[in-house]
Amino acid sequence: MLMTPVLYPELDTFLKWIRESLSRGFQPFAFFGTCEAFIYCLMGKAGELELACCPFPPAGRYPSLSIDFPAFQIFERELFEEYGIVPIRHPWLKSVRHPVNTQPAIEDYPFLASESPLIHEVGVGPVHAGVIEPGHFRFLMRGEIVEHLEIQLGWQHRGICAMLCDGALAQKMYIAESIAGDSVIAHGTAFCGIVECLSGTEARAKHIRTLLLEMERVAMHLSTLSALAGDVAYIMSQNLFAAIRTTVINSTLSICGSRFGKRALCPGGVNYALTQDLIEALKTKMKYCALQIQNTAEAMFASTSLLSRFDDTGKVSTEDVIRYGFTGISAKASGVPIDSRVDFPNWQYPAFLVQTESTGDVFARAHLRYVEAMQSLDIIQELLKRIDPQSPICTETASFSPNQIAVSIVEGARGRVLHIAKSKDESTALWYKIYDPSMVNWLALSLAVQDEQVSDFPLCNKSFDLSYCGSDL
Amino acid sequence: MFELFKARFRHGYQAIPNPLKAGMDPAFPGLPVLDKQMDFELLNGVCPTNAFSEQGCDLGKCIFCGACERKFPHMIHFSNDFKMASDDRQKLIMAPGANSLAPIEFRLPSQFRRSFTIRNVCAGGCNACEMELAACNNVNFDISRYGIEMVASPRHADALILTGPISRSMASALAETWQAIPEPRYLILAGACAISGGIFAESPAIDRAFLKHWEACLFIPGCPAHPLSIVSAITQIMGIK
Ligand code: SF4
Ligand code: SF4
Repeated sequence: MLMTPVLYPELDTFLKWIRESLSRGFQPFAFFGTCEAFIYCLMGKAGELELACCPFPPAGRYPSLSIDFPAFQIFERELFEEYGIVPIRHPWLKSVRHPVNTQPAIEDYPFLASESPLIHEVGVGPVHAGVIEPGHFRFLMRGEIVEHLEIQLGWQHRGICAMLCDGALAQKMYIAESIAGDSVIAHGTAFCGIVECLSGTEARAKHIRTLLLEMERVAMHLSTLSALAGDVAYIMSQNLFAAIRTTVINSTLSICGSRFGKRALCPGGVNYALTQDLIEALKTKMKYCALQIQNTAEAMFASTSLLSRFDDTGKVSTEDVIRYGFTGISAKASGVPIDSRVDFPNWQYPAFLVQTESTGDVFARAHLRYVEAMQSLDIIQELLKRIDPQSPICTETASFSPNQIAVSIVEGARGRVLHIAKSKDESTALWYKIYDPSMVNWLALSLAVQDEQVSDFPLCNKSFDLSYCGSDL
Repeated sequence: MFELFKARFRHGYQAIPNPLKAGMDPAFPGLPVLDKQMDFELLNGVCPTNAFSEQGCDLGKCIFCGACERKFPHMIHFSNDFKMASDDRQKLIMAPGANSLAPIEFRLPSQFRRSFTIRNVCAGGCNACEMELAACNNVNFDISRYGIEMVASPRHADALILTGPISRSMASALAETWQAIPEPRYLILAGACAISGGIFAESPAIDRAFLKHWEACLFIPGCPAHPLSIVSAITQIMGIK
C-alpha cells in the first residue's frame, strides 16, 4: 500500500512517537536510514501500520532505543553500518553485513569474549560441514553447555538493494527472485506489490500467486521437517518428507518451469497460466501429498525417542517473542498468533485460522510446520477450485508517480517479508529496503540455545530454519 | 508404527530409475534452440544478463528466465533437455540452428571413476543452487548410487563445486577451502552465478578473482542448475554411461 510518512523535524518528538506507538502495542517492522538523510520508522500491529520519519540527527548520534526495546537492536546496527549514525549506549553495536569496504573487515569482526578460565570458545563457519549457506557461529561454552551464541552474518551480501535502485524497477523481477531462493514467491510477490503500488496497477491472477505462495510454504515446511528428522537420525521421515517435497516442487515446476517458482511472477500478474488439465493434475498430486504428510507426521510425532530430543529443547518464551519482535513460525510456536496473511490481507485467501503452539520449543516449531503444511494444502485445494483458466494473467504496469512510498507485506514460510521503497521518478526507486523475517529471527536462535547442550545446536538451528542470503541481501 | 508402515507402503519406490535417461516435465526450460535468423540485439533487449551475441546464446550467463522466449517465440525456444553442461566456458554458447552443445571431452583420471567426493562452497548465491545440490542426495536423484558423495571436509574431497557469484566476504574463505583440498583437485561451477556472475555480475559486492587463478573442469548452467543436470554432468566426466 502507499503510505505518507508523518514528518517529525525534531529527533525528540520522533523518538517520543516511537515509544508512544510501542506502548499502544505496535512492533517495529522497519527502522532504517535513507540516502535523503532521513530515518524512517514503520510500526505495525495486526491490520495497522504507521510510518514516520525524521532528519538524521545533526550530531550523528541519538540515544539508543534498543536498551529499552531490544526489538530495535538489529535495525540500529544496520543504520549504524550504512550511515554511521551512532545509537548511544546500544548494547552491542557492530556491523550487520559488512558491505563493500567497511571496517573492520568481516574476518576481523570482534566477538563477545570471556576471560573466565571456565569458558572456552568454539567458532564454526563461515564454511559449514554441509551443503548450506555461509555464516559464522561463535559459542562461549561452559563444558558442553552453551553460555552464549553470537551469530555473524554478511557472507552472502551481494548488494541486492543497490541493484534494485539501478535502472527501471519494474525490470528487476529476476533480482527479487534471487533474494532468497527458497522464498522466491514470498519476496517476488512483495516486490511485485511495490511496483504495482507505485504505478497504481491492479494485479491479475492473484489466485495463482497465492497458490504458488502456499506451495512454497508447504515445500519449505517439508524440507525443515525432513532436516529435523535427519538430525535426530529418524531416517524414515527424513526421506519421506524429502520425497514429498520433491513432488510439491516438481508441481511448481509444472506451472512455471522452475522448482522454486522463479519465472512465475511478473509485476502486474504472472507469466504462465494454468490449464484445466494442470489444475486437475495438481488437485490429485496435492491430495496425495496431504495424505502422505499426515501418515508420516503422525508416525513421527508418536516416536518417543524423537520426542525426547524435540521436547523442551531450544525454548523461546512468549515474552521474548514480543520483546524482540520475532515473527513467523518462531512467534507462532510460542503462542503469538501473528500472521500477515490474516493481519494484512492482500491476496486471495479462503477463510482460515492462524495456528499456534504454546511450548516454544523444537517440538512446537516442528509440529506447527506440520499443521501449517496441512492447512496450506487445504487452502491450495480451495484455490485450485477458484482458479479460472480463462481469466487474464497479466496486465501492463503504468509509470510510477514520483516521491511515493510503498509498503508491501507478504507472509512467507519464515514469517513477515516486508519490502518498502520510494519512487524517484517515473520508473526508478530512490531507495529500496528489504526485511526478511530471518533478520530479526536470528536472535531467537541465539536465545534458544542458551543453556542447552551444544550438540542440540543443529536441531535448534533447523527448527528455526532461517535464511542467510535473505538477511545478507 | 502402523502409520509409518502405511506411509512407507504408499511411498513406494521414489528413486528415479536412471537419472541419465529420466523424463522431464515439458515446462522445464532446458537446452534452448535458436532460430538461424535470430536477432541478438533484439533478444538482448529483454535479457537480464545480455546472454546473446552473434555466436548465439551463452548458457553460462542465461538464468532461464524465459523472457526472450515469451517475447520472441519464433527466435528462441527452450527444450526440456536437461543435459546441458560443458568442460569449457566457450563451449557453453548455443549456436543458432544447433541442437546440442559440443560434447564434454574431459574425463577424470581412472581412480575417480567409481568414487568421487565433492565439497560444496556457497559464495553469495540465493541458496537455490545449494538446495538443488543437496537434492542430488535425496531418495529421488540419489547421486550416491554412482559413488559420488558430498563430503563435509575439504580434506576428504576430490573436487570443489562452487555455487554463487563469490561475494567479497566469501572470497578468502573460498580460497582457503580450495587450498585445503589435496591434489589432484577439480573445480566445478554450478549455476549462472558461479559460471559468469549471473545477475550479480555487475555488483561491486562480488569478487571473482579466484576464478582468474583456477580453471574449472565442468560448467553446469541453470538458475539453479537442476539436479538432473548436475547428476548427468558429473557422471559424464566420470565416464559413466
Ligand atoms: S532465458 Fe536466458 S537468454 Fe532468455 S532472456 Fe532469460 S536470461 Fe536471457
Ligand atoms: S545461479 Fe540462480 S539459483 Fe543459483 S545461486 Fe545464482 S541466482 Fe541463485
